[in-house]
Amino acid sequence: MTTTTIAPAVEDRPLEIAGRTFRSRLILGTGKYRDNETMVRAIEAADVEMVTVAVRRVNLDRTQEEGILYHLDPARIFLLPNTAGCYTAEDAIRYARLGRAAGLNDWVKLEVIGDQRTLLPDVAATIEAAKVLVAEGFKVMAYTNDDLITALRLEDAGCVAVMPLASPIGSGLGLVNPYFIREIKSRLSCPVLVDAGVGTASDACVTMEQGVDGILLNTAVAEAADPVAMARAMRLAVEAGRLAYRAGRMPRREIAVPSSPIGGMLG
Amino acid sequence: MLKTNSGSGTKVEAGGPQASIMVNGEPRVFAGTTVADLLRDLGLHPRLIVVEHNRSILDREHFETTAVRNGDVFELVHFVGGG
Repeated sequence: MTTTTIAPAVEDRPLEIAGRTFRSRLILGTGKYRDNETMVRAIEAADVEMVTVAVRRVNLDRTQEEGILYHLDPARIFLLPNTAGCYTAEDAIRYARLGRAAGLNDWVKLEVIGDQRTLLPDVAATIEAAKVLVAEGFKVMAYTNDDLITALRLEDAGCVAVMPLASPIGSGLGLVNPYFIREIKSRLSCPVLVDAGVGTASDACVTMEQGVDGILLNTAVAEAADPVAMARAMRLAVEAGRLAYRAGRMPRREIAVPSSPIGGMLG
Repeated sequence: MLKTNSGSGTKVEAGGPQASIMVNGEPRVFAGTTVADLLRDLGLHPRLIVVEHNRSILDREHFETTAVRNGDVFELVHFVGGG
């Protein structure tokens, strides 16, 4: 009797963005944790290699403890500066430049918001800012709507990754439009990561099952009752969803098909 | 450091007794000479701060040699948690 090792028929390739490879397909945001220790433990539990950070004024009336670099070592984890909170291309470009001037890397998660209630992106301003930043040598990962045409324009503009939303930022509504996410993934050559809206592990799993390259999420972990446990759940869900996508799911049928043989029943 | 609203038009040379400047949207009076002095006064570690000086980013290597002048506008930023 011989023993066999069970392994996927073809090993998955790691996520590659702009020539840099990432073992994990999950990117975690660092906002809204109840304290920095919880954030650090959640990052460890999620086993991520990249986290997003925001650029903000130093609070001059308090200690500098709030600075994220007091808690995260950029030599151990890749920090992706974002332009969150910016409502114009001009502001987003300004924040991106400030983030790069910190001297860690020349990447940016570009986000230009167009509406306060939904935090939906201003896609025209996003494309405009992307063109400027790409020309300045930035590696732009662009947050966008689940709109194919915008996604194509952002890829044409030279973005290293296009990141359509699952649903509005911080909503936890999950993947509202799997069809458009699949379509975007199938039509773009650059990595497609779903950014925003994932609320719990099943959302992350379903999102990865659409074939996207990765997921960026924050609130689902930060606002969970136990963020560290949810971080681990997200890690497992992203892995499970990716594996299920690669395994190839069975077809959906609107009729039952028995799993046991029809023949051989007693007379 | 005292805050002031007296942005009187009097010219104060860099390194002079005091300069009226804006830091992160707040008026301040500064008695030092350089941007490095300003960060020291505020208790900020230069390695962790990005300085925007009159809307232009100031390279860290120029903190020690850039004079703070009356009317200068500074934005001092750093990374915080965000998604």
